[in-house]
Amino acid sequence: MHLADALLSPAVGATMWAATAGTISHCSRQVKRDLDDSKVPLMGVLAAFVFAIQMINFSIPATGSSGHLGGGMLLAILLGPYAAFLSIASVLTVQALFFADGGLLALGCNIFNLGVFPCFIAYPLIYQKIVGESSSEKRLFFGALLSCVVALQLGAFGVVLETVASGISDLPFNSFVLLMQPIHLAIGCVEGVVTAAVVLLLWRARPEFIQDSHIENSQNRRSGKKVLVGLLVATLVTAGGLSWFASPKPDGLEWAISRISKNGAVAGSRPEIYSLLSAFHFKSAILPDYHFSPAEDAGSTKDGAETWPAVDAGTTVSGLVGGVMTLGMSTLIGFFLKRRHSAGTA
Amino acid sequence: MSHHIVAVNDLSYSYPDGTAAIRGISFHITHGESVAIVGANGAGKSTLLMHLNGYLTPNQGTVMVGEFPLTKKTLPMVRRSVGMVFQDPDDQLFMPTVFDDVAFGPLNLGLPVAEVKERVFEALQKVDALHLQDRPPYRLSGGEKRAVAIATVLAMSPDVLVMDEPSTGLDPKARRQLIEQLSGFNHTKIIATHDLDLVLDLCRRTIVIHAGQVMADGLTGEIFNDRELLERCYLERPLRLQGCPICGPA
Amino acid sequence: MSQIETAFFEIGSLDTLATRDSFIHRLDPRAKLLTTLAFIFCVVSFDKYQFSSLLPLVIFPASQLVVGRLPVNFLWKKLLFLAPFVVLIGIFNPFFDRQILFHIGPFGVSGGWMSFASILLRSALTISAALILIATTSFSGVCLALEKIGAPRVFVLQLLFLYRYLFVLGNEGTRLVRARTLRSFNRQGTGMAVFAQLAGQLLLRTLDRAQRIHLAMRCRAFSGEIHLLRSFNFGRREFLFMICWCSTFLLIRAGNFPQLLGKVLLEFTR
Repeated sequence: MHLADALLSPAVGATMWAATAGTISHCSRQVKRDLDDSKVPLMGVLAAFVFAIQMINFSIPATGSSGHLGGGMLLAILLGPYAAFLSIASVLTVQALFFADGGLLALGCNIFNLGVFPCFIAYPLIYQKIVGESSSEKRLFFGALLSCVVALQLGAFGVVLETVASGISDLPFNSFVLLMQPIHLAIGCVEGVVTAAVVLLLWRARPEFIQDSHIENSQNRRSGKKVLVGLLVATLVTAGGLSWFASPKPDGLEWAISRISKNGAVAGSRPEIYSLLSAFHFKSAILPDYHFSPAEDAGSTKDGAETWPAVDAGTTVSGLVGGVMTLGMSTLIGFFLKRRHSAGTA
Repeated sequence: MSHHIVAVNDLSYSYPDGTAAIRGISFHITHGESVAIVGANGAGKSTLLMHLNGYLTPNQGTVMVGEFPLTKKTLPMVRRSVGMVFQDPDDQLFMPTVFDDVAFGPLNLGLPVAEVKERVFEALQKVDALHLQDRPPYRLSGGEKRAVAIATVLAMSPDVLVMDEPSTGLDPKARRQLIEQLSGFNHTKIIATHDLDLVLDLCRRTIVIHAGQVMADGLTGEIFNDRELLERCYLERPLRLQGCPICGPA
Repeated sequence: MSQIETAFFEIGSLDTLATRDSFIHRLDPRAKLLTTLAFIFCVVSFDKYQFSSLLPLVIFPASQLVVGRLPVNFLWKKLLFLAPFVVLIGIFNPFFDRQILFHIGPFGVSGGWMSFASILLRSALTISAALILIATTSFSGVCLALEKIGAPRVFVLQLLFLYRYLFVLGNEGTRLVRARTLRSFNRQGTGMAVFAQLAGQLLLRTLDRAQRIHLAMRCRAFSGEIHLLRSFNFGRREFLFMICWCSTFLLIRAGNFPQLLGKVLLEFTR
């Protein structure tokens, strides 16, 4: 579920890169502040481990297919959120550069989807809540399993939002969600079980490793929340600001058509095509045309030259809403689980 | 009297699970000596070596390197004078290029850039690896990796060179080159190895370890003629002392 | 060869290409990195239905291939197996966007097909750009360029460490996979439980290795800072390289040369 450059618009790509770059900086500072310099080789070697392990497949019973271990959640459990985020980011960077998995612009989105959700949402809000400092085998298992499932669901949802917000793919939001979420639920369960099994193995062989990791990271919980807030603010600002630079002609269709025909013969049918498209967009997309006025079919394009950047209130709001939705959804899920857990242990 | 460069006194160490790995080992090594530490697998060779650079702390007994007793405070100084070459060179070559790896130590010591470059040059020359300086480590052969690993340690100008199984995995030519290079070094050498023929070539003195204790400590030639001792310690005579396979035993 | 072996083989061969010598190889990595990023941004900034106006951009990867004296085959294979996710998602476009844009003879080309073609072209362009960057700059070159343009040192070091040990772990992983393959039959022995064991073993070995590496670092006076001596030279050549390419990208973006060309041709044929 790596997003690719080909499906990305500059605005979405740049926004996500801004969020990711900020997170990388923050995590780098945190890791540096960490007095344990044995983390340096550990992060590197574990990232190499995950890279290698991702290429080994296993057969899934009852189905004819094979699976892979993504390893993001495993890294979070082993290294704690900050170091794990950097490790995940490094693995994805190598993959983007060598295998063209995704792309360099989409790398920002991919690091966000596959890094932020496991490290800053699933790990603190699910794994740490379930496991705490007790480290009983059952808790380890379920903590690992559930956090994997949630992390992958959120990651998949992130891909959906970013793709739909880019507007290059015509796949409507609802269909996309129906395509992505169930598949990644299954993938998440499989990966969750395998991750949990590996964690247990490690627990039985080297309990001190996991114990140390738990103790160290329970102290870092508060700054994890800071990261979330920071991300929220950054995404809002960049999404809001960058959406001003989004093309004032969301459908290059009209421009292409006007160029094809010198006499503008096709131009005469322009309003028809456009209203058709507008209607179609409205029906299938939650945020049609980046604006909030679905009724106006020509709301985004006029005959005259559009001013650029398109400092349009509607576009800005759409950008903001898109950004908020992404983080909002993930935070909501986390808080929901948090409340359930604390209610359960009360 | 105390021209000893490495002095181990009544060293004892047990693993966290309680197994005794070293049970009262003592020896003194003087400046410039070339000593081999031989023994079966599990005898405690590597564990002993790990005490010499302070990675492991003895449960009992002391280790002195030069004038310094090995304590937490003297650890950085000891590590500068004891250069350890690991069994797996991949563990020692962790920088992007060979040059970076060899320069790692001197740079950490805070030496000026010009001196660092000089040290790197000299170290690589000593192991005939100057032409490899811009290569990334994963593109080196086993023998080349070993040579560069030695260079990374040489660049720190240690007094003592400690090596753990240096000839493992080397093809005959690389092994011969290693022996030739090592025989040219003036450092005090402590070599833990199974390669008894290498011991014959390089080390005048041999310490035999068995089950965590010193079984023998003396001239290499004498020890390798003591068949009964070698058998007791699960060893045999070096291959070239075992006689010609065609003519019969020596 | 198993997937893991092929993957590492690819990485190795790409990195070998970076050791070649050519004008492009000798340029400062920052120039190449920034130009590639500008290229990708340019590709992505086109509207979804634009295909022909993107075509002139092919000149960037094409010229890099020629001047960098790179073999074309390493690119071909990657493009042939274009990121499956892109194709999978993009192929939906013709289903959802059926409005006919124009006709070629008796065939009507819908918006969906136009945007799908655009997606494929974008994909080819961006993938080529990324691969050519590595083939002319080497991974450590890119990492150090990243640091020079502001990436945090901790992250750059992480990238370098990862790259260094990629091959070591790939090797270990390969051996484990081979061992598993030779003792499993008819999908028996390749299930999740075995995999978890395999992964667990590799993980334990990795943790041990990390400890040994840390020890090796401390034995060489490591105290938290890693120093790297590198000389960088961002001179006139690099500046010109960047300026020329970025202006070309802007020109291509602003105009639509294929259309212009088409119009001119149509004029002539009238």
